[in-house]
Amino acid sequence: MMNETQGQLLSRYAECMMWLARYMERTENLARLLEVTETFVRDANGQVAWHSIVQINSDEQTFFALHPSGNTNAVARFYLTEQKNPASIYATAQAIRENARAVRPLVSIEMWTQLNVFTRWVLNLKEQDIYKNSLSTLCTHIKQDCQAHFGITEGTLYRDQAWLFYKLGKTLERCDQITRLVDIRYHMLLPQGEAPGSEIDITQWTAVLRSAAAYHAFRRLRPVTITPANIVGFLLKNEGFCRSLAVNLRVMDETLALLASYPGLRSRCSHLQECVAELRVTLADQTAEDIIIRGLHDYMSWIQQQLSQLQGQIAQVFWPPVSSAAVQPAFQMQE
Amino acid sequence: MTPTTLHAPLQASSTGLLDHYHIPDFFCELMNRRDPTPPVLQCVKDRLAALSLPELRRRTQAAEAQLYRMGITFTVYSDKEAIDRILPFDAIPRVITAQEWDHVERGVQQRIQAINLFLHDIYHDKNILRDGILPADLVLNNANYCDAMVGVDVPGGVYVHINGTDLIRDDNGQFLILEDNARTPSGVSYVIENRHMMLRLMPDLASGLPIRSVEEYGLRLHQTLCEVSPEGVIDPQVVLLSPGIYNSAYFEHVFLSREMGVPLVEGKDLFVENHRVFMRTVSGPRAVHAIYRRLNDDFLDPLAFNPDSLLGVPGLVEAYRRGNVTLANALGTGVADDKAVYAYMPRIIRYYLGQDPILQSVETHICAEPEGLAYTLANMNRLVIKPVGESGGYGLLIGPHATQKELADFREKLLADPSNYISQPVINLSVTPTLCQDGVEARHVDLRPFALTGRSVWVLPGGLARVALRKGSLVVNSSQGGGSKDTWVMAS
Repeated sequence: MMNETQGQLLSRYAECMMWLARYMERTENLARLLEVTETFVRDANGQVAWHSIVQINSDEQTFFALHPSGNTNAVARFYLTEQKNPASIYATAQAIRENARAVRPLVSIEMWTQLNVFTRWVLNLKEQDIYKNSLSTLCTHIKQDCQAHFGITEGTLYRDQAWLFYKLGKTLERCDQITRLVDIRYHMLLPQGEAPGSEIDITQWTAVLRSAAAYHAFRRLRPVTITPANIVGFLLKNEGFCRSLAVNLRVMDETLALLASYPGLRSRCSHLQECVAELRVTLADQTAEDIIIRGLHDYMSWIQQQLSQLQGQIAQVFWPPVSSAAVQPAFQMQE
Repeated sequence: MTPTTLHAPLQASSTGLLDHYHIPDFFCELMNRRDPTPPVLQCVKDRLAALSLPELRRRTQAAEAQLYRMGITFTVYSDKEAIDRILPFDAIPRVITAQEWDHVERGVQQRIQAINLFLHDIYHDKNILRDGILPADLVLNNANYCDAMVGVDVPGGVYVHINGTDLIRDDNGQFLILEDNARTPSGVSYVIENRHMMLRLMPDLASGLPIRSVEEYGLRLHQTLCEVSPEGVIDPQVVLLSPGIYNSAYFEHVFLSREMGVPLVEGKDLFVENHRVFMRTVSGPRAVHAIYRRLNDDFLDPLAFNPDSLLGVPGLVEAYRRGNVTLANALGTGVADDKAVYAYMPRIIRYYLGQDPILQSVETHICAEPEGLAYTLANMNRLVIKPVGESGGYGLLIGPHATQKELADFREKLLADPSNYISQPVINLSVTPTLCQDGVEARHVDLRPFALTGRSVWVLPGGLARVALRKGSLVVNSSQGGGSKDTWVMAS
């Protein structure tokens, strides 16, 4: 028989599970973005469009502080081994390691062992390792380690509240990543003055799909014409593509519903569920064309703001900051 | 017709592991026992003899790589970085026969019973001091004597729930107690992980032998903590309190909380309200009833002890004094494992239990006493001299190994603060075959069995065998270059 105290998840564990998933997801995305950009993404002069990654991640300030000349060839290093860049894979690996250490009592030994080996490897990468084989070899390795992590987690993690917080983190991060990608790449790739319905440069747009690991899935739809609108529609609204905004908002919704079914959590989840429901409605109510005509950038920015608020609300509800009063000698009963 | 050999036979004994083993004058656990070799030991010996040195090296390297991957490590901090180190693992097990273990087990149980009665007494009626069995000053002015514990009744009268007893064997193979660890003894996770490693690595060596399992420690620990939870709590919430992810023993904290199936908490995860302890969970505060704390007394509660400590929980000690939560181990148990109090332990056992000690202590001279100091000064080059407050093998002098200058320097330190020291004769610790740079050689070894005390005392059938990897060294502590072995306690 399960006892009542089981399933009472420590707030700190919930926070760390959520961030573990977010940082793993972010790392995988960044590795993919670097690899795809080098191979497929070119600017008007046929040069690798490295700067687009800096834009997607809103890292202009940090990047130009470290590289005032704006040398875009430094982007790969900036995102892989740069210790001064809080968004580099080096930095996310550090965050992953700390979160993994914190939840180590909770996760499977297989999960911990793989994370231990992976993060130690990344943290020991040197600049020359980027060029030793090729950037794509290195990025593929990172990506595969992230995917191995997700597989091990799926296959070994006990399905209690910790799993739900992990899933919340993963879906939130995917929503964030896909909206950033769509936002930046859309503007970069849409030729000036062309209408949303017109035919487009296929090479460029397949690169966008590849950046989201969506290329082959999209091909299977066999669209008659390839337009920015149906690509945007696929990335945001497709119900079968596992990284689309729609799928991840739905999974978030389902995850919150499962969380709400635990004793004492219903009221804590209700406001969060409302927020996610609202996001889903705005997405379902518009076609991709509507979104583009009304302003894709504004809508993407709005979603990102909502996601960031949602993260803040989750923190407020499940791991509220400890007030300084709590460390004072005198204790008051709260009524 | 002779049958065709399809695969290579076991290595011929001419290249066997133990062929070049130089048997020293010391008691050797495997090769130089002062009795006819028991059958199980003979079996282990024969199997080892059939292994080759390169094979053993290959397996050892595989084991160490695996420990590193799995993060079975302790962290060493330098100025700049944190380095994860494994405790060097030796793949040749240390074997203890059923008969030897029976003696050790009874001795440890007796010792812990006496220690608990002693602690209860010194925090209540102080009969033992009144009866002059040991000097009141040694107890009441001891740095580890905890005033907050005076008059406090702990559940079941148990102060030391988790205890590690350091045992050595002398020239004749007699087990002696070298030290009690009654505060927050560590190392039990290695006992269990070493066994797992051993069974993966040396299945051929262990196969079919009646080795007693060490698996139930986590279950027993949880059960023990439930047994000593505050009265009236039906389904106690147990937690393990750790200083956090940067602590060098964090792996062990993870291991134990996982084995018990309870949360590993840090001070900031707990709070006290209305003299009750709660942990912060996603569904709000949750009452906590028993805390296995891996934090020293001083850091537990900034209101009661070190006000600068950020690791502890404000108000915890008062909640504990009121009986609303159990701490394991209790506060102030450090008096019992004090190196000077150790000298009186045989008398303490006789006083409370009316029995002779089953396990002997090492003869100890207390430098706080004039005759002890005089004896120590006169025999410095033949004694081990230890500071009473240190642990981890720090600050001691091994007379026979010391230079004239070291002896002279130590004499000054000793004279400056005699009450800080005790001395003991050098015990020739037993040795055991160990894989070294040049092959399998004899290395000194000790044994730390772990015991749990709730309603009764249970001793884990095994223990941490620490081995001094440096040739001739008597210091086995991991902080001083020691390694570890699996300990096989035989059921028959």
